[in-house]
Amino acid sequence: MTLNARIWWTAGSIAVTAMLVAAWQLVATYGNIPPVFLPGPDRAWSALVHGFSGGDLSMLTLATVKRMVYGWALASLAGIVLGAIIGSSRIAREYVAPMLEMVRPVPVSAFMPVVIAFLGLTGNMVLIVIAIGSVWPVLLATVHGVSSVEPRLVEVSRCLRLGRLQTLWKIALPNAQPDILAGMRIGLTVSLILAVIGEMLTSENGLGYKILTSARAFQSADVFAGVILLGLIGLVSNLALQEIERYMLRWKRR
Amino acid sequence: MRTAKGFLLPLVLLLLWEIGMRASGLQSDSLAAPSQIAAAFWTALLDGTILRRTGETLRAALTGLAVGGGSALVLSIVLGLVPPAARLMQFSIEVLRPVPAVALIPVAILTLGFGYGMEISLVAFATFWPVLIYGQAAIVNIEPQLIDLARVLRLNTFGRVTKIVLPATLPRYFVAFRLATAVSLIVAVTVEIAANPLGIGHELMTAAQSLHPDLMFALVLWIGLVGWGLNGLLLFAQRRLFGAAGASVGVPQ
Repeated sequence: MTLNARIWWTAGSIAVTAMLVAAWQLVATYGNIPPVFLPGPDRAWSALVHGFSGGDLSMLTLATVKRMVYGWALASLAGIVLGAIIGSSRIAREYVAPMLEMVRPVPVSAFMPVVIAFLGLTGNMVLIVIAIGSVWPVLLATVHGVSSVEPRLVEVSRCLRLGRLQTLWKIALPNAQPDILAGMRIGLTVSLILAVIGEMLTSENGLGYKILTSARAFQSADVFAGVILLGLIGLVSNLALQEIERYMLRWKRR
Repeated sequence: MRTAKGFLLPLVLLLLWEIGMRASGLQSDSLAAPSQIAAAFWTALLDGTILRRTGETLRAALTGLAVGGGSALVLSIVLGLVPPAARLMQFSIEVLRPVPAVALIPVAILTLGFGYGMEISLVAFATFWPVLIYGQAAIVNIEPQLIDLARVLRLNTFGRVTKIVLPATLPRYFVAFRLATAVSLIVAVTVEIAANPLGIGHELMTAAQSLHPDLMFALVLWIGLVGWGLNGLLLFAQRRLFGAAGASVGVPQ
């Protein structure tokens, strides 16, 4: 497809989205739905503008983003370190990896009541749940990436008399890089989800808490404004990580 | 031998946990010994609580999966067979997909109230996207010669879908639905923990809040078992039905 045609198709698909928003507006304005249930895009937009200019929306967004990023960074670091240790040792792989596979199918949110029981309804608890939840994709991807090194590369490292640490650093981890980055992208999605639920359960300040209280007060425009912001956070963070991934893996495309 | 090694570490940890709890004589509101957890699990299993609550969760999860996955199946076939429509819908899909299903919990409470309705719609929203994305990738990957064949045979659209597209993409759709089943269980339990007074997630939350750590751990374990069993069952079916065709399915971006 030529560049020109691609631009036209993109413009067309944005126009379709605009038409969907317009349809939402028409339904909200002329449809027989009580405004408490379905605010139009106009009211959601004014709730957004209002929240950012005079209200606390920017502070709440920042709180949620911070929580998500901190928990995710913690999880990624722990996942890569643990994954490298487990993946590079045959003994650890045989004894520890099956247990990780056993824990994985437990929905992460099920750990939340357990962590609450230990730490109470605090901000730290949310952070730890985010870290526990988003560590799995990174951890398992690292184990897989580190342990599935091309056999010839392993022979090369043996010929060069590389030590275990050097093999890990120079051969196994670069080999695992695509897996790790893909795992981190999934982990970021998980951490946003857990940040929202954590805020809902603990009443810690943030968008998750905000939309829940707004729903209880029947302020549907504020609820939609919060949902739109959360969608934007998800979209932007995913796009940013995709770009970082593309940049860091540029050596693979050659 | 390999599996035996895998079980060694969990068993040792459980044993240490049990010994530690007994030796210290710890009375805790948040921790219970493995033996107490097993006892609580057995009681809750016998009096029917666990099975009833699991039934509620599975009912919501699978109904939501049928609604969300089913509509995604139809849409992905339409978008797969009509490329211009796929290109026109692309932006809308990219914008809607990153909205976390849990962010819609308050919206669902507001419009539908508590109960099956809200949980089913949230599961439907969450399972819609993976099936749609995998489905579109499946249709793009159909052997071009099969499409040519359909043209040579002068099949109409209905015949093309039922005789060529569906049989060729069935293994991939099965994988998509298997992954979406895991998503549906996760979302259902999460919604129950966060808000909805229904199912195994709510039972877990109640156990935690009424300071019954034994039952709490038993339920966490049980939820994991259900997810594991469901996935294992579908994986078995996938191998039986499709063999190598299902195993080769890659993950579309």
